[in-house]
Amino acid sequence: MTKRDYSLLGPDGQRAVDIGLAAAEWYHTDVPRKVMKELMQRSDQPAIRDTVILYGCMVAFAAMGIALWPSLWSIPFWLAYGVLYGSASDSRWHEAGHGTAFKTPWMNNAVYEIASFMIMRNSATWRWSHARHHTDTYIVGRDPEIAIMRPPAFARLLLAFVGVPDVIAFFPRLVYNAFIGVHPTEKTYVPHSEWSKVVRVARITLAIYAATLALAVWMQSILPLMVIGLPRMYGAWHHIMTGLLQHGGLADNVIDHRLNSRTVYMNPISRFIYWNMNYHVEHHMFPMVPYHALPALHEAIKHDLPRPNASIGEAFAEMWPALRRQFAYEDYFLHRDLPETAKPYRMDFHEGALGQTAAE
Amino acid sequence: MPWIDACATSDIDAEDLIRFDHAGATYAIYHSPDGKFYATAGKCTHEDVHLADGLVMDHLIECPKHNGQFDYRTGEAKRAPVCINLKTFKTKVEGTRVYIEVA
Repeated sequence: MTKRDYSLLGPDGQRAVDIGLAAAEWYHTDVPRKVMKELMQRSDQPAIRDTVILYGCMVAFAAMGIALWPSLWSIPFWLAYGVLYGSASDSRWHEAGHGTAFKTPWMNNAVYEIASFMIMRNSATWRWSHARHHTDTYIVGRDPEIAIMRPPAFARLLLAFVGVPDVIAFFPRLVYNAFIGVHPTEKTYVPHSEWSKVVRVARITLAIYAATLALAVWMQSILPLMVIGLPRMYGAWHHIMTGLLQHGGLADNVIDHRLNSRTVYMNPISRFIYWNMNYHVEHHMFPMVPYHALPALHEAIKHDLPRPNASIGEAFAEMWPALRRQFAYEDYFLHRDLPETAKPYRMDFHEGALGQTAAE
Repeated sequence: MPWIDACATSDIDAEDLIRFDHAGATYAIYHSPDGKFYATAGKCTHEDVHLADGLVMDHLIECPKHNGQFDYRTGEAKRAPVCINLKTFKTKVEGTRVYIEVA
């Protein structure tokens, strides 16, 4: 059994570089250029509409929560506010970070900064970690955004539904960035020219949290923290639920997104919160396609992709037992079957790197 | 500096690009919305990715892998994660052919 070292400075990352698994050529479904150009077209309208709805709902729910505070009647409004703050911010961070959500650059940047603050990610650092995630998706020792490491740490996964591991990791790093500088692991993927921005963002973020905390102390109430900070915990569940499905239980160290990513059909509310990232194979294969065009991209290439999971429930029913098996045998993974119309996996791309056969 | 016959003007739609390989090097040739032709190095300066699969928006080319952007007229890096400018090459149109001046 292979023992994985997920450290970005460890031997697995170096091995990936040595054997050509890092920054490799990945499989792409053939899409006619004219079709792809249409799918890639940017537009402000869908994201403006969704952003007005999102921020409008957040203001309304927070206002109701504050108005009814501390009555138990405020709870439903906090739960609704929390999932928009602590989960929808993840998808907004993601799409605006790619620069595909809006056509207008300043709109992408504004939403990216706000979402980064809410989801507790340094906007300067995480832009680069996500670039690496796309270069080396689920390559052990290279991808800094592997949500489920093997063997899975189930207690940590469950605590993530209320944001505990992320918040515990965030604040020490925030203080480190603000007072010491860029962390050595961050220096492996953040260019030197961006290091001062990492520090500046950390100091501004720290100042906002300090002001919020001071207000809470002055008011002798946690109400300010219910609006800023705590919703990252009590509203995190949805982005963890959807995020774990992106790659959970599937192969690592492969260079075909059909093997290591999962597309799941979801209900409209989850798709609004998640901004269509349920089409995750499609997103990884063609990251320049905006979220609002992913359903059309899915239709264009689904003949070449594994069958999508029919629902969140079905996807969890598939993933959770696989994680349990990985707990006992960490080389286990779910092999994705392709439709007969699909082009085969390029086993020559990654067979050697896998060093193992599919578990089923 | 030799001028190389790269393609026909009709080979590239307006606001689009194509890949052109020559003598072991790869280039990207652009047809701007205002009808002019430009040429740059064919791969992104961030990682080893062909720009020909990317998206041309006005005078920007967006890399298909990480959404970094360059102004293809000047090669200037315009959006993270690209930090290093793209090499550019002179172009000329003679009749219906596009030529690029390669080093």
